[in-house]
Amino acid sequence: MQVLKVENVYKQYELGQVSTGTMAHDFNRWLHKIRGKEDPYLKITEKNTRDENGGTNFVWALDNISFEVNQGDVVGIIGSNGAGKSTLLKILSKVTSPTKGNIKIKGRIASLLEVGTGFHPDLSGRENIFLNGAILGMTKKEIHAKFDEIVAFSGVDKYIDTPVKRYSSGMYVRLAFSVAAHLEPEILIVDEVLAVGDAEFQKKCLGKMKEVSQQGRTVIFVSHNLVAVKSLCTKGIVMDQGKLVFSGSADEAVESYMNANASKVQPSTAFSSPEDAIGNEFIKIKSVSVQPEKLFITDAIQLDFSFWNYTDELKFNVAFDVIDVFGEVVFGSGHEFTSINNVGSASCLIPSNLMNDGIYSIHVYVHTAGMRKLCDFMDIVSFEVCDKERNHGYYGKINGAVRPKLTWKEG
Amino acid sequence: MINKEAGWTEIISPVNSYWNLKLGELFRYRDLIFLFVKRDFSAVYKQTILGPLWLFIQPIFTTLIFFFVFTKIAKIPTSGIDPILFYLAGITLWNYFSDCFVKTSNTFVANAGIYGKVYFPRLVIPISIVISNLIKLGVQLIVFAVVFIYKVNFEGLSFSFDSTLFFLPVLIFIMAILGLGLGIVFSALTTKYRDFSFLLAFGIQLLMYATPIIYPLSYTSGQLNKWISLNPLTPLIENFKFALFGIGHFDYVGLLYAACISVIILFVGIILFNRVEKNFMDTV
Repeated sequence: MQVLKVENVYKQYELGQVSTGTMAHDFNRWLHKIRGKEDPYLKITEKNTRDENGGTNFVWALDNISFEVNQGDVVGIIGSNGAGKSTLLKILSKVTSPTKGNIKIKGRIASLLEVGTGFHPDLSGRENIFLNGAILGMTKKEIHAKFDEIVAFSGVDKYIDTPVKRYSSGMYVRLAFSVAAHLEPEILIVDEVLAVGDAEFQKKCLGKMKEVSQQGRTVIFVSHNLVAVKSLCTKGIVMDQGKLVFSGSADEAVESYMNANASKVQPSTAFSSPEDAIGNEFIKIKSVSVQPEKLFITDAIQLDFSFWNYTDELKFNVAFDVIDVFGEVVFGSGHEFTSINNVGSASCLIPSNLMNDGIYSIHVYVHTAGMRKLCDFMDIVSFEVCDKERNHGYYGKINGAVRPKLTWKEG
Repeated sequence: MINKEAGWTEIISPVNSYWNLKLGELFRYRDLIFLFVKRDFSAVYKQTILGPLWLFIQPIFTTLIFFFVFTKIAKIPTSGIDPILFYLAGITLWNYFSDCFVKTSNTFVANAGIYGKVYFPRLVIPISIVISNLIKLGVQLIVFAVVFIYKVNFEGLSFSFDSTLFFLPVLIFIMAILGLGLGIVFSALTTKYRDFSFLLAFGIQLLMYATPIIYPLSYTSGQLNKWISLNPLTPLIENFKFALFGIGHFDYVGLLYAACISVIILFVGIILFNRVEKNFMDTV
């Protein structure tokens, strides 16, 4: 049974400050409206790209979005920053309305874009439970009925009559989440902001989502966290620059998103002739590549280097650094080898279950055997290591620069 | 109607019909209205020493100042009414109206944080403000009653019971509707252009002088009297004073006029408010 149907939804945003300019736009809109014409600014509205400026102040934050959700589906909406996920969520939550298009809903819908909305610092925990519950759409009677459960779930019984401004931030969030967790809507919309916080809290949030979906209710979950989407969701939607680019099963959606992202990394660099190649009078790069192109943490990674040699040296030291997105060197490795003729090649294998998930780039150095630097190339190739789905409580990123698989023993 | 058949309970679309005032939804959220009222009361006087006493202090001191400035210095008559009671009644009522007006006019801007995160009928907040202020007015009317009884018992103020006294709740109710109506009209306007909040800030002061608060309507004449009579607040204030002090006459036509104007303004206000609430998050 369909419980949610999004039909050709568009959302236009006007950029820049509200000023006399926007007043002129409003006036022009009104002129068109009273003459029965379409809003003139809908035509010049452009694709939502952050880095290109097409000259108009109007963008489509959502561009013709349509999809359907059935009862009991857990739908993950994924996409990079600025893809329109939050805008879609705001429209589904009725915080703002679409510029064009309709959304049809069956049943009560509750959205958690934030926990603790409307919490007043001076009021006690008890008072805030009622206030927050009512803001989220519960009646006083419903809150009364669930009050003990909410308090027990939050674990702040002792402080329930203390103003929440005296709470630790952890207690505050626990109480706030506890209220939200006891909502019983037919459709629950959850923003990934909920998934920040400590691991225990994340576990609680995501566990509650799972529970909700097992009761046959529908969940829409917006996230960056592909692992959580893969593990929790049954369906997936991928958005990019305001457009819906994929809709299908969660696994396929994650795959599609990863493939789209994979085009942003450059796993190989190759030159057909030395004339075009980058390098200097000593060394020119022939090719550098990372294999396989699509990587999971459980895959071994092979790096191949080959270059043209213009020196009289026969022995070389080839080294590389693996650099993460923050620009930190995760580790480096080097090897001395003999160049057979004027083309030198070497390869290196990074073992499986060593790299953490993330995007990395490679910095290559070539030295003589005596460690005289011949050349170095920044960002020559880049690759993404993807996480595998997990089937237990924690779905967040594992801390650390590397993520080696270690041997554990019990007892 | 096809949608009804498919069982959709709600449709989110770019525009609503003008006539959908969404009052049913508002009724479903009545608990929230009262929780907001409760919040306002429990939170306002936290960390003050005098607490709710501030409710008494403000009108009493304003009355004293008015008494010295307008009665002692400017010698403006109060048409035979005891000046202290005259000002106290005027200020108490005026404060109620202006609080309803000014505080609701700020609804969207002041509550953008909550409104941006969760949906509930947006009118819940302005209505809760009007109710909070009603309670405040009740407390301040007690002050008025105490002074009134004192004057009757110890200073020989004559008081004759008049049946128009029963109109007092009606007067206050109309005033609430007018304040709420004007407030939400302004709240709808200020979401995009803050200029209106500046306009309101001094406009409300001017409006007080265009209302017979510090002078009786009988003190004005000619053109001026006509203009001031057009102010829907005028018959409300004048009738209030008649009901209590028995001077002048009870203006039923004026009361009807004020009631009609207030209802029309509230109606327009709700329509505007419902228009704006859909997209105000984009511009606030």
